[in-house]
Amino acid sequence: MALWFRDIDWGQIAQATLETLQMLSGSLVFVVVLGLPLGIVLFLTGNGQRWAQPGVYRGLSLLVNVIRSMPFVILLILLIPVTVAITGTSLGVVGAIPPLVIAAAPFFARLVETALREVEPGLIEAALAMGASDAQLIMAVLLPEARRGLIAAVTVTSIALVSDAAMSGAIGGGGLGDLAIRYGYQRFQTNVMVVTVLLLLALVQTLQFIGDRLVVHFSRK
Amino acid sequence: MPPPLIELVSIAKTYKTGKTEVPALQDINLEIEAGEVFGVIGPSGAGKSSLLRLINLLEKPTSGRLRADALELTALNPAGLRRWRRQVGMIFQHFNLLTSKTVAENVALPLRFAGIRRGPELRERVTELLARFDLSTLAQRYPAQLSGGQKQRVGIARALACRPKILLCDEPTSALDPQTTKAVLALLNAINREFGLTIVLITHEMDVIRQVCDRVAVLDGGRCVEVGPVAEVLLHPRHPATRRLVLESEKVDETEQGKDLAQSGGPIFRLTLRGEATYEPLLGSVAQAAGVDYSILSGRIDRIKGVPYGQLTLALVGGDLSTALAQFAERGVHVERLR
Repeated sequence: MALWFRDIDWGQIAQATLETLQMLSGSLVFVVVLGLPLGIVLFLTGNGQRWAQPGVYRGLSLLVNVIRSMPFVILLILLIPVTVAITGTSLGVVGAIPPLVIAAAPFFARLVETALREVEPGLIEAALAMGASDAQLIMAVLLPEARRGLIAAVTVTSIALVSDAAMSGAIGGGGLGDLAIRYGYQRFQTNVMVVTVLLLLALVQTLQFIGDRLVVHFSRK
Repeated sequence: MPPPLIELVSIAKTYKTGKTEVPALQDINLEIEAGEVFGVIGPSGAGKSSLLRLINLLEKPTSGRLRADALELTALNPAGLRRWRRQVGMIFQHFNLLTSKTVAENVALPLRFAGIRRGPELRERVTELLARFDLSTLAQRYPAQLSGGQKQRVGIARALACRPKILLCDEPTSALDPQTTKAVLALLNAINREFGLTIVLITHEMDVIRQVCDRVAVLDGGRCVEVGPVAEVLLHPRHPATRRLVLESEKVDETEQGKDLAQSGGPIFRLTLRGEATYEPLLGSVAQAAGVDYSILSGRIDRIKGVPYGQLTLALVGGDLSTALAQFAERGVHVERLR
């Protein structure tokens, strides 16, 4: 067993793990910053809601669906010029973040919309009857009442990001995916592949565990 | 007489579902006086809920004029509308408390919306409200930990946080058991007197109207078919829809009642007594004086907002009928000939 792991460069593995975590946290921040407002707008412009705007809703919905139906590997390559324009490079951790954000933000926005739809319509009505402005409605009612759904949305999105980040290794994105492809696949070092997969598994499990605990913590029902 | 607090003039409301238009309210004309408890009753689908929501403009009328407190409500801009809504509290059948906030935070919510953020002022008002509605010990609980009656008390405290002039009640007791219903209705009566609050209440139960309302409007199929003082409308219903609601609340089956009446001989009268007269010894002395005999076909003694009333259906046999009727009239009894 020890022999089998003999030629693994643990320093390199640690470096790759760190890169994956950087890609995950860096992109997650932007995904939430962009996806949360987009999800709120999707919800509010939807049928029967406060800002009901069938045209706007359909347009945003189409955009979200187009991005979501694009395989991430293709999106990565298509976005290279955009990425270079934003960050100056398409490589490494920094180069991986723009495509990750563009792929995951619409996904997250859709989950936000779904979570907001779970809010009892009576609560929205009560808030409006109290004289709430739209901003107050969102901040004091919609987001707190959808808290559990929103935490679950962040959890699911971050797990999707782990998978996408690994894929970005295919075009030089760095991280565990990059390691798995270069050593595990191209150099036939199955042991490196196994270790990276185990690390990714542990990461996903940890994210899910934290997410579930937070949901339970914030349950008031 | 002072002008009415709320005035609805030929209001209509239609909903569009796809291409078809569904009328919810048609030709509604109502005046609601300051300080009264105004009830709106009707079967489900009669348009009660739409009517109530017109007053705080959660629903906009399709046509007609809506005035309140010298304001033309339909002409308000968004900021003016929010200001108006702060003067109108609202409570709901399912309470609509925020599950993510404590009792104290729920009660504080309208104050925060109104821009009161400074600690002491906010805290003082919330403490005062919680104390008034016996919620002090529950301040840090979440709604899920409360009983239905407690939830509605929180709803009332929250609705009154900004010292509104008007309280809208949307089926406030329909999700509560009979005992809690009584307590909540008593509380509504108390705040009506205590704060001079005008209350507009919708319900499908005549008993609720009987216990708290001063005046009532009956809605049927989107139209207002009858409006007047509760005693007047309940004891002498004119419209078939009203009669149906009254009989329903008295648990009387119309066809069975008809059979009972058909079995007895002689003319049949309905006697209505109100106030102290309800307790007077009456039948025996009138029967003696007029030499008539009587059989009681049905009877009921109850209260309308605390004032007792009695209603008896009698068959009068033999004797001097006109003397009997004159005697009843003399004693302030309202007599109606049914047959």
